[in-house]
Amino acid sequence: MLPEPLAEHPVAGPLDQRFPGAIVEGKFALGEVSLFIDPARIVEVCSALKQDFAFEQLTGVTAVDWWPQEPRFEIVYQLHSISKNRRLRLKVRISEHDGLDSVTPVWRGANWYEREVFDLFGVTFSNHPDLERIMMPADWEGHPLRKDYPVHGHRYSYADE
Amino acid sequence: MPFIQNQFERNFLTTSVDYVFNWARKSSLWPLTFGLACCAIEMIASTTSRFDIARFGAEVFRPSPRQSDLMIVAGTVTLKMAPILRRIYEQMPEPKWVISMGACSSVGGPFNTYSVLQGVDKIVPVDVYVTGCPPRPENLFYALLKLQDKIDNTPHLVRKPTYVRLQEDMLEDFKRRVMVAQVQQPVGAEELITIR
Repeated sequence: MLPEPLAEHPVAGPLDQRFPGAIVEGKFALGEVSLFIDPARIVEVCSALKQDFAFEQLTGVTAVDWWPQEPRFEIVYQLHSISKNRRLRLKVRISEHDGLDSVTPVWRGANWYEREVFDLFGVTFSNHPDLERIMMPADWEGHPLRKDYPVHGHRYSYADE
Repeated sequence: MPFIQNQFERNFLTTSVDYVFNWARKSSLWPLTFGLACCAIEMIASTTSRFDIARFGAEVFRPSPRQSDLMIVAGTVTLKMAPILRRIYEQMPEPKWVISMGACSSVGGPFNTYSVLQGVDKIVPVDVYVTGCPPRPENLFYALLKLQDKIDNTPHLVRKPTYVRLQEDMLEDFKRRVMVAQVQQPVGAEELITIR
């Protein structure tokens, strides 16, 4: 459901018409557009944005943990159109055990960003070519940037000294 | 001039082997660059002409552990880096010394978090700790002079100066720490929440 002012937007308006229902929600704040996308349709929306709306570059993929709210995670995609000098933010809300389709087939640069989100938040991306940990040691357990991960893991292990 | 001419040729001096070896070792320490964070910048600055670590005979920074005898751990040691640091320390030939430069490598510094080793002395024996965040080059020089004093006072050649510091159970202890950091809800986490 696109809010009224965003229907005039040169990207959000046509995108909503082309994929009815794919844009769950839209926000326009501080001169920046954020579109909440249906998780099941992220790849087709992204490839259309790349092919037809000239968003050649994926600036970054990151995640926000809103624990204990549900759905818990918000995956954020920052897009940049170099030729049109335009920026766009896509967000996807998913729960803890929901997977999400990888956008690596669309932008190859998404590869390591998605690995980072997987490593630190534990969100799994299907169709990803190499979904391994990228920051933490390979045998690490848990996902440190989750809100329910202990911040001071070390302090109490020293208590017996 | 005629007075001192040819006077040195016939001279000799007596000393102990310990003293000569210690003198040689302390006068030309070859540090291993182990820059891990911002402390590394101060370590680099100490080699420049403005501060000039060459005055103390320790200017030959080596990237290879096999050619160096002093490891300056400069910066935050993460748990991912810790096994590598330990391995590089073991690759250094004896005799070898370690300077823990800065708050992070000494006690973890401000990073009391899941990923940071709380003091490099948990995995390698440290000879001199340097305070500061980051320490100024003069601070590092003071540590270097302290280390030279320590080498000078090493009584026996055969004994490794820092042998006693590394206890057998430290490695087991380190493994346990890594395990505690990895568990989602470690023992005492409830306590942590109530304290906050």
